[in-house]
Amino acid sequence: METLTGLVVILIGAALINNFVLHYFVGICPFLGVSRRVDTAFGMGCAVTFVISISTLLNWAFTYFLLRPGAPLPAWVWQSLGGSAQRQIDLSVLSYIIYIFVIASSVQFVEMYVRRFFPPLYKSFGVFLPLITTNCAILFASLEVLKHMQDPADLWGLPQALALALGGGIGFTLAISLMAGIREELDLCDVPRALRGAGIALIVAGIMAMAFMGFAGVEKGVETALSSFLR
Amino acid sequence: MSSKGTVNVSEKGPTALERFINGVLPENPIYRQLLGMCPTLAVTNAMKPAVTMAAATAFVLICSNIMVSLLRGLLKPHLRILVFTLTIATFVTIADRFLAAYVYEMSKQLGPYVPLIIVNCLIISRAEICASKQHLGVAISDGIGMSFGFGLGLATIATVRELLGSGTWMGLHVMPAGWPNWGIMVLPPGAFITLGLLLAVAEHATRRRAATAIWRTVRMLWSWRH
Repeated sequence: METLTGLVVILIGAALINNFVLHYFVGICPFLGVSRRVDTAFGMGCAVTFVISISTLLNWAFTYFLLRPGAPLPAWVWQSLGGSAQRQIDLSVLSYIIYIFVIASSVQFVEMYVRRFFPPLYKSFGVFLPLITTNCAILFASLEVLKHMQDPADLWGLPQALALALGGGIGFTLAISLMAGIREELDLCDVPRALRGAGIALIVAGIMAMAFMGFAGVEKGVETALSSFLR
Repeated sequence: MSSKGTVNVSEKGPTALERFINGVLPENPIYRQLLGMCPTLAVTNAMKPAVTMAAATAFVLICSNIMVSLLRGLLKPHLRILVFTLTIATFVTIADRFLAAYVYEMSKQLGPYVPLIIVNCLIISRAEICASKQHLGVAISDGIGMSFGFGLGLATIATVRELLGSGTWMGLHVMPAGWPNWGIMVLPPGAFITLGLLLAVAEHATRRRAATAIWRTVRMLWSWRH
């Protein structure tokens, strides 16, 4: 049951406490660019959540089997070439190149697949898919997973990685939808001329970030509540 | 990749010097084009990380501009973005290893934001708009100008946030003794609010300058007629 509590804490941590947009500032470009209307913002959020989960899944597999210090695949190749078994192989220097390659190609495949098999879905959020490749949030999730894969004694498994990705996606969707709702109302307001557009959006985001700072410490309460509930 | 600013390219294309000046102020990547927002907000809580980030971004931007400009004859349209991204990722790996080797503390502090240079829209948009269509000299001067403008933007935000948030500048005490540190300025909300207000200031200043220029022209025409 401890793992389940850990997963929930990771999920809530990524979605609310350390919200990807409002705490780590990743995914600001769509957050400012595609937040004029609630329905498009929600579509963008769903597309990002979808892609972030798939690419984190793939990148976790690459990290686990290929890139982390002491990964099985390079060790096997090294030993079958006659290298000594004591030597630990660390390919993590290649991780950035592999991650961005995986993200770019998975976005491409998701786009092709959705266009071929779910045309209505493609019509509703297919336009955002190419934009997602350069969305920092996707790469950031993989990098966070990499950070927890350095120590062979304490590795993140696939469930932890997926919890982080899903939490990050949900947090992004939440932030961008809230922002779009506020901006729809802002259209009716008399904003000083110099602040119109990005200026006021950033100040609203600042106030939202302040509100989200209030979630700090929630994970402790969730942890105690869950562990007493599951016991 | 969407850039808000439009590029004023005449038919022949601007010269190298024009490209350089263009990057610094008229098309400042932060204030005019709103590109590269992620490092702009994340590492500007103090001057030192901001300067390190600006230097790393400048290295990657200039190197990738050189590389893309040299490769421009070989680029296939549908593989273009992939080539750009992989080029950038290579240079980012070099910059990241370099920082980790020589300024380890700073590299720790910047954390994931160094690898996130890969998805900085500024670099990929320069590769797409300029480097893949221009000669080497123009691409290099564009890279230098854009990175200078980016550094300028980061430095202004970091100055405001560090002065108000911790009363220091580059680690030196600047504010009078007894300055109450505005803690919110070094936290995430301070980043959003500072950038929003500075955007408004930049907008206001350019509009004021435009208004003054128009007023001067009108006055000149008027005095010429009399």
